[in-house]
Amino acid sequence: MTAVGNTPASTPSASTPPSSPPSPPSAFARRDGGTRQLAGTGVLLRFALRRDRVMVPVWVAVTGLMVLSMPNSLRGLYGTAAERADLMRQMNANSSLRALVGPVFDDSLGALTAWRVGVYAGLLAAVMSLLVVIRHTRDEEESGRLEVVASGMVGHRAPLTAALLTAALANGALALLVTGGLAGQGAAGALAFGLGIAGVGMVFATTAAVIAQLTESARLARGLTAGVLGAAFVLRAAGDASTNDGSSFLTWLSPLGWLENERSFADERWWVLLLFVGAALVQGAVAYALAGRRDVGMSFLPTRPGPATGRLATAGALAWRLQRGSVLGWSIGFFLAGVVYGGLTEGAADLVADNEGARQIFERMGGRSGLTDAFLASMIGMLGLIAALYVVGAVLRLHGEETSGRAEPLLANAVGRLRWAAGHLTVAFAGSVWIMLLAGVGFALGYGKEVGPILGACLVQVAGVWVVGGVAVLVHGLAPRAAMAAWGLAGAVLLIGWIGPALDAPQAVLDLSPFGHLPKLPGGEMRWTPVLTLIGLAVVLVATGLAGLRRRDVVVS
Amino acid sequence: MTKANPAIEVAGLHKSFGRTHALAGLDLTVETGEVHGFLGPNGAGKSTAIRVLLGLLRADSGSTRILGRDPWKDAVEAHRRIAYVPGDVTLWRNLSGGEVIDLYGRLRGGLDPRRRAELTDRFELDPTKKGRTYSKGNRQKVALVAAFASDVDLLILDEPTSGLDPLMEEVFQHCVREERDRGRTVLLSSHILSEVEELCDRVSIIRKGVTVESGSLADLRHLTRTAVAAELASPPGDLSRLPGVHDLDVQGNRVRLQVDTDKLDAVLRSLTESGVRSLTSTPPTLEELFLRHYQDDVRDAGGADDEGAASGGGTDAHAQERTTTR
Repeated sequence: MTAVGNTPASTPSASTPPSSPPSPPSAFARRDGGTRQLAGTGVLLRFALRRDRVMVPVWVAVTGLMVLSMPNSLRGLYGTAAERADLMRQMNANSSLRALVGPVFDDSLGALTAWRVGVYAGLLAAVMSLLVVIRHTRDEEESGRLEVVASGMVGHRAPLTAALLTAALANGALALLVTGGLAGQGAAGALAFGLGIAGVGMVFATTAAVIAQLTESARLARGLTAGVLGAAFVLRAAGDASTNDGSSFLTWLSPLGWLENERSFADERWWVLLLFVGAALVQGAVAYALAGRRDVGMSFLPTRPGPATGRLATAGALAWRLQRGSVLGWSIGFFLAGVVYGGLTEGAADLVADNEGARQIFERMGGRSGLTDAFLASMIGMLGLIAALYVVGAVLRLHGEETSGRAEPLLANAVGRLRWAAGHLTVAFAGSVWIMLLAGVGFALGYGKEVGPILGACLVQVAGVWVVGGVAVLVHGLAPRAAMAAWGLAGAVLLIGWIGPALDAPQAVLDLSPFGHLPKLPGGEMRWTPVLTLIGLAVVLVATGLAGLRRRDVVVS
Repeated sequence: MTKANPAIEVAGLHKSFGRTHALAGLDLTVETGEVHGFLGPNGAGKSTAIRVLLGLLRADSGSTRILGRDPWKDAVEAHRRIAYVPGDVTLWRNLSGGEVIDLYGRLRGGLDPRRRAELTDRFELDPTKKGRTYSKGNRQKVALVAAFASDVDLLILDEPTSGLDPLMEEVFQHCVREERDRGRTVLLSSHILSEVEELCDRVSIIRKGVTVESGSLADLRHLTRTAVAAELASPPGDLSRLPGVHDLDVQGNRVRLQVDTDKLDAVLRSLTESGVRSLTSTPPTLEELFLRHYQDDVRDAGGADDEGAASGGGTDAHAQERTTTR
């Protein structure tokens, strides 16, 4: 590893007292001469909170809503203590479902809530924290904005401190919301659960803080931190698949496993909170040590040089080159998700068959007949919703290229706007077919039956995905300054599809999402009319957006 | 249109962003084969005009032709023969400089690999670095190498040397001269007056979206004043009665004065009548030329609409104008 951040501020010399510790390797040259490493933290914190004034509250509210809605929907499904005890027994007996959500420790509504949403609330808190921390650290450095900030009265460690404090405030707000909202199920359990979710958040906030010191690119830092989070999920899943009380060594390796092992609402183990505190402190200390010892804008993992000559010859090739990494990531994710959920199908159907309420909800969410079909349909539907995020991200690359100023010189070449857009839109729209197809192959491999119907069901989702993508093209073409609103649409569609049925939302609301109109496959009857209508709508949206793009000014910053 | 097909022809160009009138009737003619300086204070509308010429922005009204084509409707065909260097080059973080140079070349009329290698060398550019690791000057070099190595007829350079060191500035000027020698047309927007003076055949000065001067540097110099100092054989006649004379200062046989350059002839005639012992005449510098136009902005911002009514100006140019004798 070649370290870049070595500007020795004090070299060991005769003036160094003999008792001082040996000088560290040059890569970590000491730079603790600065007495005001934290100067300016307050200003930066206020600035960070102002920049995050929309994203963080929305994220906290959505995560909180997901948690707080759960006791109600569980009460509807498992109204009696006997039903809940039954659920707990069956759950803990089914290793594949334990892998998905973890074991149940008690049959109270509170404990079932913590079981059902714990892993996912922890994931959401972790993703929020990693986004916040990297946004205010590496993103700022990579863009060069930090350079100006750092030239003011700002200490070396102030930006990192402000970022971590922002994450701490966000996670604190989430803990408060969860504790307050679940207090009715038991104050101690609510407090433990709220603190645990915030604990997962802070562990990944500090992980992100360390990784942000290592990479030069914010995108890479986000990807690596998300990879650590994915590994934490897999470790916990593997541990829970092998034991039914969370005692596996693998589970204990994962912060998500700690949240589970805290046993909120089931005779809480408060000492587990120390694990969160300890991990956050250790990682925070490492990040601080690194942050104080490297140059602004530099990293410990410098970028490798690229080729001196290039083979890119068209705007389409460039679009593919820019997006191929993301397509690869989504492909792997969707394929693996297909394999995992496909493998869970038999067990899940057995379990659900025993519970009338769960069967109803599964049927509402997806299927008509046959519980395996219902399970498959709801899982495939969920992946369809997630693919909507992919398509929005891929379409909005156009927006990113434009606002960053990279599109301007590109379009000053012999590249028409439509040709420029076509490259990215092909990646977006063909890519969404591709990842749904891969998910289908994964399902087919994991489940081993019904290959044709499963593939068909996956492809039908594409109609919904395309409509969301079409809206993104439309907004980018007609109102480029509002392009980010397309994320709001994808989020709304996800919310409607994900928790709408569980909340018993009225049909009018469910109908707002294009996915609500798709036939429930496999198992249901294939209806071509809504599918073709949605595809037609997507085509119209894309065409209108492109027409707008041709007519409007290129956005200049 | 007297000459054959100007490379750029703009007349009465208007472009507004909301309530801001960025261009309010701009005129610009760039003849084929010339290096044309495009000057104006910050916010005068230079970059907006260039973006209209490149078909990135749509004109509200006025006529625009670039290489004989409509820049909006025929953008792609026109761009085949154009290379553009923006003032602030942004690169893709995961593409090397070499990849970007080759891509831009292929997206234009093609790239001469020998010239590319030579230019990379002359600009001392490392083409293997990735976009995010280049400094500002090096990012400019990537775009400059791509532009100079491309097979095109027209180069549009929007403050292309920001961030270049003086040595590289030298290389840049050399390259522009080579381009002119090869018969190519260059539109050079710049704030560096020495660069403009060194390179440009003609210049256009714009202010608040309107062209205020256009012509060769020699033409423009005629619009300003020449400083004259002379020692005469006998006291001069009544010079103050001559048109275009300012700041007249007569001390016995010595005379110092400023004269509008196009009125120089009459002043010299009058001086020779008294017998000239010695004479120095200083032509106006380009700086003075620009300050005159640039400072109109300052004055307008001050609320005065009449030149003579300007007050409190602290610069020499102002002082001279305000102390006009007669």
